[in-house]
Amino acid sequence: MKTDNWTLGNRSFSSRLLVGTGKFSDNATMLRAVEASGAELATVALRRFNRERPDEDLAGPLSRLPGLVLMPNTSGARDADDAVRLAMLARELCGSPFIKLEIHPNPHHLMPDPIETYEAARVLVKEGFHVMPYMGADPALAKRLEDVGCVSVMPLGAAIGSGQGLRTRELLKLIVRDSGVPVIVDAGIRAPSEAAAALEMGCAAVLVNSAIAAADDPVVMAESFAKAVVAGRAAWQAGLMPVSDSASPTSPLTAFLPA
Amino acid sequence: MRLIVNGEPCEMAAETTLDTLLRALNMPPERVATLVNDHVVRKESRLATSLKEGDRVEAFTFACGG
Repeated sequence: MKTDNWTLGNRSFSSRLLVGTGKFSDNATMLRAVEASGAELATVALRRFNRERPDEDLAGPLSRLPGLVLMPNTSGARDADDAVRLAMLARELCGSPFIKLEIHPNPHHLMPDPIETYEAARVLVKEGFHVMPYMGADPALAKRLEDVGCVSVMPLGAAIGSGQGLRTRELLKLIVRDSGVPVIVDAGIRAPSEAAAALEMGCAAVLVNSAIAAADDPVVMAESFAKAVVAGRAAWQAGLMPVSDSASPTSPLTAFLPA
Repeated sequence: MRLIVNGEPCEMAAETTLDTLLRALNMPPERVATLVNDHVVRKESRLATSLKEGDRVEAFTFACGG
């Protein structure tokens, strides 16, 4: 069977499902869901070390999942300086070159700040990071972030945690058409069918967190997303039929019986 | 001297190093990343980093996030 790997920076991946580790009811469920997802990249956040709860440190448990690479995020950053500082701290902790760059200062909508994101990306690429920026679905910004050296772009489907699906569908198509780096839909996805749809339109992967964590059964939902991205990718490669304004019969319309 | 560690006041002897502080507060040095006054202090530099009155120290680890 031919492989269909994709690359981020110098690293090759087979799974096209990336997962977040937030919002799960407990760590044991999160770990089982991450494992069930087959994801090779998982996001983690940085927090102050809690002396009362030293077991909250995720680096240990996640490192025991075979083949999983950590992609720390810069959540909490209000500007580029904050994000660069958080990225440096994350690299201290895990040595992973991957960083999910996210700068969303407004807690109401959590929309990414394009100017601070661009500035932080510029600095972090020079520092040797594999920068994966969370961004609005803006084709012009995607190109600028690619040009500055980001290893992927991660446009949003809808607001973080909203479960509104691929509201930016038409813009995502424009980004995919022109992008020279993998396009990963990050945020907004609620159903596996939406993940499949993102892959069907040529996105390289999706990053899913809330949809798995907030499911009644996160482990089964993680498996469902894993299947959906495989189906979506295969459909993209197979090539979708064109859309037509009129009907086109699939059966002969010849009359068999005399009137 | 008085320090601010992860937002909380903390009284330590003068000339305390960052490495000593982490150990005194039961923060496993290999499992945290550190800032002193908003500057990243790498693991290999902690022994040589003497803290001063009023310094703000932050120790981070990984937590759940998307």
